[in-house]
Amino acid sequence: MKFGYYPGCSLEKNAIAYKQSTMAVIKPFEVELDEIDDWNCCGATEYIAINLVGAYSLVARNLALAAQQSATWEKQNGKFQMVAPCSACYLNLGKAETYLEETPKLMEVVNVALAEGNMHYTPGSLQVRHLLDIVVNDIGYENIAAKVTKPLKGLRIAPYYGCLIVRPGFQAVFDDPEYPTSLDKLMKTLGATVVDFPLKASCCGGHMTQISRTVALEMIYRLVRNAADYNADVIVTLCPMCQLNLDAYQGDANKQFGTDLKIPVLYFTQLMGLAFGIPPEQLGLGKEFVDARPALSKIGVDIPEEPPKKKRPSKEELPMPRMTQEG
Amino acid sequence: MTATADTVQKKPLTFEEEVIAATPSEARLKICIQCGSCGGSCPSGADMDHSPRTIFAMVKAGMRDEVLKSNTQWYCVSCYYCMVRCPQEIHITDIMYTLKRMAIQAGKYDAHVRDAPEFSETFIDYVKKYGRSFELGLASRYHLAHHPLDMPKMAPMGLGMWRKGRMDLAFSRKPIKGIDQLNKILAKAEEIGGLT
Repeated sequence: MKFGYYPGCSLEKNAIAYKQSTMAVIKPFEVELDEIDDWNCCGATEYIAINLVGAYSLVARNLALAAQQSATWEKQNGKFQMVAPCSACYLNLGKAETYLEETPKLMEVVNVALAEGNMHYTPGSLQVRHLLDIVVNDIGYENIAAKVTKPLKGLRIAPYYGCLIVRPGFQAVFDDPEYPTSLDKLMKTLGATVVDFPLKASCCGGHMTQISRTVALEMIYRLVRNAADYNADVIVTLCPMCQLNLDAYQGDANKQFGTDLKIPVLYFTQLMGLAFGIPPEQLGLGKEFVDARPALSKIGVDIPEEPPKKKRPSKEELPMPRMTQEG
Repeated sequence: MTATADTVQKKPLTFEEEVIAATPSEARLKICIQCGSCGGSCPSGADMDHSPRTIFAMVKAGMRDEVLKSNTQWYCVSCYYCMVRCPQEIHITDIMYTLKRMAIQAGKYDAHVRDAPEFSETFIDYVKKYGRSFELGLASRYHLAHHPLDMPKMAPMGLGMWRKGRMDLAFSRKPIKGIDQLNKILAKAEEIGGLT
């Protein structure tokens, strides 16, 4: 199965662990990801707040590039299948594909803009899907179960979906918008204990950390607190924004609420990798802010410490050759 | 354009009709039954000046200034809870984006929500420079301009991101191949701007 692949900006750097673990876990299956050549940012939730035609043209360039490249991709329901691992990219691409088709006037003006770059787009041939959807529905739970060599026995997991993967479902609805279960089932397939997590489809706050810190930290706190109340060892996520917010801001949320919550936030692909027996260093483990070592030691996973970085030479010293201690 | 569209244009649009016309697909705003499912579902509703339900009533009442000045649209986190719960299937999140754009155009956002549009602008400036988002540039430029006093609070996290290999430094950034093409497209797109 060959899918079009739109990594999105986060997977290039901030969510590099998501990328590494994705590539590692799809390897055993006959899944090929064909990256869209020279893709650009999807605009996140920012461009649409400033300029409507700008925002849709930014996404339409990606869709036009995808359509040009799609001839050999998996075709289902008459549409070429492409995958985005980031929930925001998944939403923006699928939404643009839908709204451009539903709003001829918008498609017309977007094509006027695209023409400036010698491009044109006709919507209707693509279906944008999230990576989790591909994993559970195209690879399938049974095939995944067959690859589990080190079940995550005893690890208590809070499956966190966030909002955009299940809502509002522009193109590829594959789970319930309020009480999804596909990630729960996947984690059970890997042998983990899945805890009830009432806030599993609540929002992480998105860009709020940059706009209203107190509002954002409260949203983050609520989620981590909820997972802690159900004695989760790990929160599992499928979106770089959710991972960043719950992981990197967990300490700040603790400060605001006078708590000491420490729940690591990992990508579902990292846990798949561990269950498949893939070494942690190939899964980007160790890049998280809230240390995952104590939780993962419960399942006998040992994450090697990162090798210490070379010290930079002090600015006061000239870069002179130095005698070694021994010499 | 059809003759019907011309006729409609002659009559000045109500504020509600303007909002609908500026929203892609079908906004469905006119059939709001004021049930309040939206506000009840909103994770940041408690911090909003007016709940989404109230905002829609105000839009209908033509309270342009009050609506565009409100922080409601800026506190929308785009989680789409309201949209899937709305019994009338109103495209609430898209309408919130429309209100953001209209507020920017009218210059009607108050100081307490000023950060949101300026964060968006900074984000998009980097997309125009590289074709992709650039977290370090975004965080440092935006915070220096808007929350300079928070910089010491942000710095350890930034350093952590870099040390964990989760953030690029400026000199290692390269734009996409089609950056000029992208900018030509976006320049034209921004000139067109919207649907109205």
